[in-house]
This record gives sequence, C-alpha cells and structure tokens, in this order.
Amino acid sequence: MTDRNAGGTFLGVPLYRPRTAFFELASCEGCQLQVLNNEATLAPFLGLLEIVNFREAMTGGTDDYEIAFVEGSVSRKDEEDLLKEIRGNARVLVALGSCACFGGVNRLKDRFDPDWTRKTVYGEAPVESGRARPLEDLVAVDLKIYGCPVKKEEVEKVVTNIALGKAVVSPKYPVCMECKANENICLFDLGEPCLGPVTRAGCDSWCPNSRAGCWGCRGPAEDANVEQLEKIMQEHGFAQETILDRLECFGGFARFAEAFRRRRREGAE
Amino acid sequence: MKKRARRHRREEGHGRTDMIFRTLGKAELPKLFGVMAAGGKIVAPVEAGRDRENRPVYVFRETARFEEAALSYTTTKLPAKRYFLPYREDLATFRIEGDDWQKLVDYNVDRPRIFFGLHPCDINALNRLDKVLLNGVYPMPYYVAKRKNMFIVGIDCLPQPYCFCRSMGADTALHGFDMFLTDLGDDYFVEILSDTAYNFLRCVRTSEPGEDDHARYMKAVSRKNDKFIAHVDTTDLTKILDMEFQSEVWKQWGDRCLACGTCANVCPTCYCYGVEETVSVDLGSARKTKTLYSCNLLDFAEVAGGHNFRPERHVRLKYRYYHKHRGFVEAYEEPLCVGCGRCGESCLAGITVPEVIASVRGEGA
Ligand code: SF4
Ligand code: SF4
Ligand code: SF4
Ligand code: SF4
Ligand code: SF4
Repeated sequence: MTDRNAGGTFLGVPLYRPRTAFFELASCEGCQLQVLNNEATLAPFLGLLEIVNFREAMTGGTDDYEIAFVEGSVSRKDEEDLLKEIRGNARVLVALGSCACFGGVNRLKDRFDPDWTRKTVYGEAPVESGRARPLEDLVAVDLKIYGCPVKKEEVEKVVTNIALGKAVVSPKYPVCMECKANENICLFDLGEPCLGPVTRAGCDSWCPNSRAGCWGCRGPAEDANVEQLEKIMQEHGFAQETILDRLECFGGFARFAEAFRRRRREGAE
Repeated sequence: MKKRARRHRREEGHGRTDMIFRTLGKAELPKLFGVMAAGGKIVAPVEAGRDRENRPVYVFRETARFEEAALSYTTTKLPAKRYFLPYREDLATFRIEGDDWQKLVDYNVDRPRIFFGLHPCDINALNRLDKVLLNGVYPMPYYVAKRKNMFIVGIDCLPQPYCFCRSMGADTALHGFDMFLTDLGDDYFVEILSDTAYNFLRCVRTSEPGEDDHARYMKAVSRKNDKFIAHVDTTDLTKILDMEFQSEVWKQWGDRCLACGTCANVCPTCYCYGVEETVSVDLGSARKTKTLYSCNLLDFAEVAGGHNFRPERHVRLKYRYYHKHRGFVEAYEEPLCVGCGRCGESCLAGITVPEVIASVRGEGA
C-alpha cells in the first residue's frame, strides 16, 4: 500500500483507498448508473474510492489506476483492444454486471444469424457488431459482481470490504434461500416458472418479492442442478421454449441452454 | 387416563384440581380471542392467497381479527419460525466513533406474543428445539428470550396426505402449550396447562366436561388417527441408517436435489445458521447478522482455507437425514422431525421424508 492510498483509518487500521476507474463496453450503462444510485450513501461510497476515470460521472481521465470496474460485453474489435489495455493497467479487474460476467442480454442476438440481426437493427450502415462475449473470454477477471443490473447494496459491500481488506464473496447458494427468508409464496405454487432454484443468490430475491419469476440474471449458483430444474419445469407443464427463453435471457446459463437444445435435437432424431 | 393423572399432579401444585379440562362453546371462542387480543399481539394462521389449483395458502401472521384466523387451516407453507428463529437477525450492532466502539446486544423481543392455533406438530417442534436451544449446554439467548414470551393456544387438526407426525411421535402435544383446543362439534374440549390460560378462560363461559364430552373427545382423537396416510417406519431406524451409509439410494436422491435449502427453510425444527459481519458504507456502524442456513447448501461444510467436507449433493442430503433421524435420536431419544410434511410439500424435486426413508429401508422408490 502506497501513501497515495491513504484513506483515513477504521478503528486504527489504515483504509485502502484504491485509484479506481470505470469503463463500459457493449452495455446499457445501467450498472454504472446503479453505482451512482442511492443518494443517501453516495458521498461516503465515493469517498472510499479515489475515482480517476468515470465517463458517466466526471470528465477527464487517466491510465493510472489500480482497480478497473468494467461494464458490458465485448462485441467489437475496438472493445477488445480497450479491454486488453485496461487489463494491462489494472491490478484488479472487476466484471460489473451480467453483460461483463456472461455476455448478458446482448447475447440474445447470438441466437440468430449475425448478418440478419445487424441488417435488421442498423440497416445498411457499416456497423461492426460481433458475438457478445463475456470479459473472461478475452482477459483474466479477478472479481465478478453479478446482476442485471447490479444491486447497489452489493457494490457498496464489495467496495467497503476492499477498503477494509475483508474478503469479497458472493453467495454460492441459489435465490430460493433468500426467497424463503422473505417468506414469498413460491411461484411454482402460483403456476409461474422461476429459475430461483438454480440462480446465484445475492439479489435478495428481487423478482420473486414482486411475484415475478427469476430469469437467472445472476447466472448459475455453484452446484446448480439445472437439468433437474428443466425436468421439474416440464412436469409443471411449461413449454420447452419457455424454459429456453429463461435460460438464454442473460447469458449466464448459455452452456446449459446449449446442452438443452442438444438433448432436444437428439431426442427428436 | 394416565395422561389425566399426570396433569392432576401438576395442577395440584398450584392448589387447583378442578380446572384441567373444560368445555368451551364455539360461540365463546371469538370472545376469548377478543380478550386475548386486548392483552397482546396475536399470531394466527391466515389465508395469504390461493395457489394455482385455487387451494388456500396459509401463513402465520399477526392479526387482531378473529374472522381472519383460519382455525381449520391445513399446514402453513412456512412454520411460525420467524417469531422464534428469524431467518435474519442481528445478534449485535456496533457504533463506531473514531477509534472508539460500542457493542449493542438486543435479543429482538419487542413484546410477548399469543400464538392462536398451532397444530401439535408445530408445538412439538418447539419442544424439540427447546432441548437444544433452551435446555442444552449452551442455551441460545436469542431463542430463549422469544420462546419465553410465547403464549400458545394449540388446536387439533385433520391429517393431510403428507402428514406423518404420528410416526414421529408428534401427533399429540403433551406439553409446550398453555391451552389446547379439540373440536367436538359445537364445543371445544380445552386442556389448560398454565395460570395465564386459566385466567383468560375465566373471562368467558366454560363448563366442566361430562362423560359425554369425554366420549366425544375420544371419538375426535380416533377419527384423527384413522386419517393418516403417510407413515415412516422408525423401527431400528438409527441402526438401519448406520448400515445403509453407503447405499446407492442416497446418490439417486442426490441427483434429484437442487441444493436449494428450501427443505430447511420450511422446516419448523431446522436451526442451522451462518453469521456474517458487515460494516456500513459510511464506516460508522457494523452488525453481526445471523442467517438461517441449510446443510443441503454447497458450502455448508466448507471450512477456512476452502476445504469442503461435503462437496457432493447426495452426501449433504444424506447428512440432513442423519442429523434428524439418527444423531438427534441418539442424543434426545426422538427425531428432529415432527412429520409436518412441509419439506416434501415444498421440495420442487419431490423429495419427501417418507419416500427417502422407505428407500433406505429397501422399500419402494
Ligand atoms: S419463487 Fe422461485 S426463488 Fe422463490 S422459492 Fe419458488 S422457485 Fe425458489
Ligand atoms: S430474482 Fe433472478 S432475475 Fe431477478 S434480480 Fe434476482 S437473479 Fe436477477
Ligand atoms: S403433521 Fe400432524 S400435527 Fe401437523 S398438521 Fe399434520 S396431522 Fe396435524
Ligand atoms: S431436498 Fe428438495 S428442498 Fe431440499 S435442497 Fe434438495 S431440492 Fe431443495
Ligand atoms: S424434516 Fe420435513 S417433515 Fe420433518 S419437521 Fe422438518 S419440514 Fe417437517
């Protein structure tokens, strides 16, 4: 820790106040907006970081930073170059949100023919738009903050723990744990599909709290038994397309969705 | 008769021998509820909504209205756990000023509560929790404080297809309540176990049960007994579980399990938890929070340094059964399961206690 990181003390222990940069690749910038949300705690939150680069919040910028929060998926060559440059500058690279972690909703277009999607959206304009890839496909990622969008409370916790030198961890268990703690009526009892049993918790069961099934935006829980949930959803009468729509929506379940399609093809043969 | 003799002895200590059993006309019950509601907060089963087949979904909730209490309810989805083992609870909070800090401990009991209409399984669940959390070597003050502030009115029930409380010795509650109501048609047969209950009952009209009431009571009990569909054969179960530790059936159940923790969350007797310490973003306060956990979760047996003693789903599922039906039985002579059937009803993978145990015994599945 160098002097420039001096950020005061907590119970006598010096705080680590890293020089921090925020970047966005292919994304809606909703996660960065979340970072700037929650006015009540915004000042102390920003005080924990020395922000040196944040297009959404300030002008100017520098390459001299230790932590880079990168939002968005990689879908163009210039994004690929920028990401590699960031990786070269940053000691710690944080994937911020589901696009950065898994490719995110952007990845939905990869279900279709790339030329068709490009023409449908951009017409004849010469726009480069390749497959939406997670950061991990190109560079090493040190930390992932899941969610579409990320939860500000979780980002606050991550940043506070970085300042204090505490371990930063995400729950390994699925959303059902939080949903039960919130005493919701299970959506399956209400006849609705839900990916809560296989999706990584941490959102405090955001969607089921509003009686909406989980779409898996935080990606798979560790040890997620996706195949079993697919069976359960079929037993509950949900169409295969309904299941695939959920599994493919945020990119986190891509490999499970592929396996599902493969099994379906093989079953049809 | 044996039961009655025992109660007599207990009550004689208080100088009363006449008020052990009473009959209470059904029309008097709203009045009794009103008297209690005037004295404290009532938690009762209420209908929270309807499921996809238009069946009512019941929950325990505070209510001051008798009409809202659904006393002929079928098992609630969740037990009344949040009132004695909250899903999340701060064990301590800390105020931090400069290099100084102050610890504040609160057992989180704001007031005594009256539980109006607990089934025998849920009363027995509390009695079994008491063995560990209240009468154990290390009582859990957060539980004790809440438990000591519970006034319980039990009520009889009609077994549902998933209820196997009888197999778990939990179909009748012998203690752990203040007052217990059994439906006799026009009246309730009332068992009274506490002075507070006695005093509440003095505010309404009751009468001394006669021979015909006793007959009606016994008929109600045997009608209930005839209704059980689900059973668990507990003969030699601790030994059989030992023998079948390596059985293939555990793997089959493990393949189905989602490791979602729902079974523990809906269980009235599961008490495992994790503790997390967090510091507020302004660094001015901190809290130590207890969160109920489940042994089916991946990192339940993960220790510092990252080693996981139970990385496989089937092993974790197996240990849930070993705790409830072997370890606890050896320590306390009864299972840490009251056969309420909630876990099986809520498990999306359809994993039920009667089926799992039958399969371990080599029957079916
Ligand atoms: S609603 Fe979804 S998250 Fe909640 S318990 Fe049911 S399956 Fe799990
Ligand atoms: S419930 Fe599912 S879709 Fe909703 S925020 Fe949580 S993880 Fe995302
Ligand atoms: S498990 Fe037993 S005590 Fe509980 S509701 Fe069912 S029949 Fe009643
Ligand atoms: S047994 Fe059922 S409820 Fe329990 S963790 Fe497994 S799938 Fe979830
Ligand atoms: S293990 Fe299942 S049946 Fe037994 S007490 Fe818990 S929820 Fe009820």
